[in-house]
Amino acid sequence: MEHIISVLVENKAGVLARVAGLFSARNYNIESLSVAPTPDSTISMITIVTSGEELIIEQIMKQLNKVIEVLKVVDLTEEDHIDRETALIKIGAKQSHRDEAIRIAQIFRANIVDSTPQTYTLEVSGDSGKIHAVINLLKPMGIKEIVRTGRIAIARESA
Amino acid sequence: MKLTGSEIFVESLKREGVKTIFGIPGGVVLKLFDVLHQQKDVEVILTRHEQGAIHMAEGYGKATGKAGVALVTSGPGMTNIVTGLQDAMMDSVPLVAFTGQVPTSLIGNDAFQEADNIGISRPCTKHNVLVKDVADLAATIKEAFYIANTGRPGPVLVDIPKDVSTESAEFHYPDKVDLRGYRPTVSGNRYQIKQAAGEILKAKRPVIYVGGGAIFSGAANEVREFAELTQIPVTMTVMGLGAFPGTHALCMGMLGMHGTYCANMAMHEADLLIAVGARFDDRVTGKLSEFSPRARVIHIDIDPTSIKKNVHAHIPIVGDVKTVLRELVGVLSSMDGNPASVKAQRRPWQKQVNDWAGAHPLSYQQEGKKETKPQYVIEKAYELTKHKAIVVTDVGQHQMWAAQYFRGAQQRTFLTSGGLGTMGFGFPAAIGAQKAYPNKTVLCITSEGSFQMNLQELAVAAIYKLPVKIILLNNQFHGMVRQWQDLFYEGRYASSDLGTTPDFVKLAEAYGILGLQSDGPADVEAVLKEGFKHKGPVLMNFAIDRFENCYPMIPAGGAHHEMVLEDPPHMKTARKGSRKKGEDADAVLPA
Repeated sequence: MEHIISVLVENKAGVLARVAGLFSARNYNIESLSVAPTPDSTISMITIVTSGEELIIEQIMKQLNKVIEVLKVVDLTEEDHIDRETALIKIGAKQSHRDEAIRIAQIFRANIVDSTPQTYTLEVSGDSGKIHAVINLLKPMGIKEIVRTGRIAIARESA
Repeated sequence: MKLTGSEIFVESLKREGVKTIFGIPGGVVLKLFDVLHQQKDVEVILTRHEQGAIHMAEGYGKATGKAGVALVTSGPGMTNIVTGLQDAMMDSVPLVAFTGQVPTSLIGNDAFQEADNIGISRPCTKHNVLVKDVADLAATIKEAFYIANTGRPGPVLVDIPKDVSTESAEFHYPDKVDLRGYRPTVSGNRYQIKQAAGEILKAKRPVIYVGGGAIFSGAANEVREFAELTQIPVTMTVMGLGAFPGTHALCMGMLGMHGTYCANMAMHEADLLIAVGARFDDRVTGKLSEFSPRARVIHIDIDPTSIKKNVHAHIPIVGDVKTVLRELVGVLSSMDGNPASVKAQRRPWQKQVNDWAGAHPLSYQQEGKKETKPQYVIEKAYELTKHKAIVVTDVGQHQMWAAQYFRGAQQRTFLTSGGLGTMGFGFPAAIGAQKAYPNKTVLCITSEGSFQMNLQELAVAAIYKLPVKIILLNNQFHGMVRQWQDLFYEGRYASSDLGTTPDFVKLAEAYGILGLQSDGPADVEAVLKEGFKHKGPVLMNFAIDRFENCYPMIPAGGAHHEMVLEDPPHMKTARKGSRKKGEDADAVLPA
C-alpha cells in the first residue's frame, strides 16, 4: 500500500542524501520526494511517497527516526490528510485544438501559463487522480513535456 | 583563549579522556599529528595500514566499552578504514574516526588525495560530519563521542579539512550535548514490562537469547540475576558470548549456524523467547519460516529498528538492556510465586535441555590421531588461561571453534567480528585490546587466511611491546570456504587452498617477535605454555588437521532442528578426488 511520510529534518548539508541513501541501501521504494524549508529556517520538511507492506513501512519509519538529524516522522496515510501535486504540462496546441485545451483547463481549474502559436503550457494542481485525469485528456493533442513536483501532504486539523 | 584547529582537536580528545589513538599521518593531517607529537596525554600508535588502525580502535572500543579512536589522512587513508567502519556499524562498536580532508577551498575539485569521505562513509557510520568551520570543531567532537557511546553504540566519522586544522578559534568545550533528533530510550515501557513478566511466569519452555546488546549495555550481572531468578536456560549469539558465564548450569552455549545442539533444539521447541539485545540475524535464526515455530517473543533492545525487522515480537520493549532487565527483575520479584515453585515448574524443561546437551555435546576426536585437532588447541588454551584472558578472534572455522570451546565468564572478553565477518579483524583488534589492558593476557585466535590480511601490524606489536599471544591455527585453507565446498560443491576446492607459504615462525622472527611451531598434538601444550610464559608478543603456528570441519552446522536456509552433526558420508569419496598427489587421504580424514 502507498504511504505518504513526512519527515522533519535538520536543514543541514547531507541530510537528504542520508535519507535517500537509507531507502536505496535497504531496498525501499521512493515514488516521489519533495524537500522544502519550513518557517523555522533550521528545519526542512521532506515528503516521501513510498509503498510496501505494513512491516516494511514500520521499518522505514523506525529507520528514518534513527537518523540523528531526523526530528520527527509522521505517516500521513494513517490520518486524515490533504495531498497535492502540481504539474506543468506542455502540449501541442494547433489551431484545431486550442479551444478544447482551454475547456479542459477550465474544467480542471488549470492555468495556462505560457502560450505560443504551437503550444500551451498548463499548470494544474490537485491530488494524483486529478493530475492523472488531466494528462489523459490532454494526450490526444500531443504532450510535449510534463514536469511534476512530487506530492506534498498535510494533516487535516480536527474540528 | 584562541587555539588552532589542531590544538582544539587534541584538547577535545583530552576532555573525552582519550589516552590512545591509532593512525597514520598524511598530507592534510600533518598539523594534527604535529600537535599530538608535542604532548604526552594522548599516545599515538602508528600502525602499518589504516585498516589496522581502525580495527585496533574497534578492539579498544569493544574491550573497554568506550569509543576507540582512529586518525587517518584523506583519500586512501579514509577509504582504507571503510571495512572497519562497516564492521563497527554491524557490531555496534563505539568508535570515532577522524579523517583528514583537502582544504575547504579545494573540496570538489578532485584535489590530490581527495575523496568524498562523508559520502563514502554515510551508509557505514552511525553519524558523520564534515567540519567546515574551526569554530564548530570542539562541539562536533563532543557530539561525535556522545553519539558513538550512547544508545546503540556505533562508529562516528569526523572529517577535518586541512584549513580547519590550521585556523584558529576560541576554544570552548561544551559540558553536555543536546541533540533534538537523538534521544535514545533508556527505560522500558512499564506496561510492556508487566506484560513480559506475566508471560515469563506462564511459560513452560522459555529461552533467554542474549546478543551483543547485553555486552554493550554492561548487563552481565543483570542477565545472570534474571536467569537465576526465573530459572530459564540461556543461549548467546557470538556477539553475546561473555554476557553469561559459559560454565553456568543454565548456559546452553552459542546458538545458530554453529551453535550447540542443545541451544538450537531449545530454540526450536521453546514456547517463549526472551531476546535480550539481539537482532535475529540470519546466522542465528536459520530459515525464518521455521524459526521457533511455537514461541511467543519478548524482545528487549535499545534500537527500535531491531525489533520486528526479521521476527515478530509479541512484546517489544525498547530500552537499555541493563535498565530494562533491572526493571523486569523488580517486577518479577514483587509478583507472587516463590523461587522454590519457579524451580519446580521449570524442572521438566530443564531436564529436556540437559538431555539434549547430553545427547550431542560438542565433541572432537584427538586421541589416536597424529594430526592436531584445532578444537584441542583451543581447549588447551582455554584451560591454561581460564577466565583470565581476553580472546580476540578472526573470522572462519577457528572463530566458531573459539566461540564453542572458550566458555568465557566475563563480558567484553570475547571480541570478534560477528556481523560483517571481517577476516583480518582479529590481530589488529587484539592489539587494540592489549593497548587498553596492557597487563591482561590477550589471545588472538586466528588462521593463516585471516592473519595474512593484516599481518603487517606485527611491527606494531613488536615496537610498542604489546604482548599479544597469537594462536594461529594453520590448515593451509580458507577453512570455512573449504568446508562449504566439501558439503555443497562436491569437494571442488576453488581458490581455497593457500599452500604452505609463508613460514610463520620466520615471519615472526623477521619482525623481532618470538615464533613457535607446533607440528602435532604432542607439543601443543608445551608450545602454548612457552608462548604464554614469554613476556612479549608471540606467534604460535599450529599445523592442524587440514580437513577438520566445524559442527554442528545448520546449512544456510535450514531450520534449527536440521543440524548436521558430522561429516556426511558423501564427503569421503568426494575428497579423495581433490587430494593432491602424495597426500594420504585416509590419514587426515576425520573418523
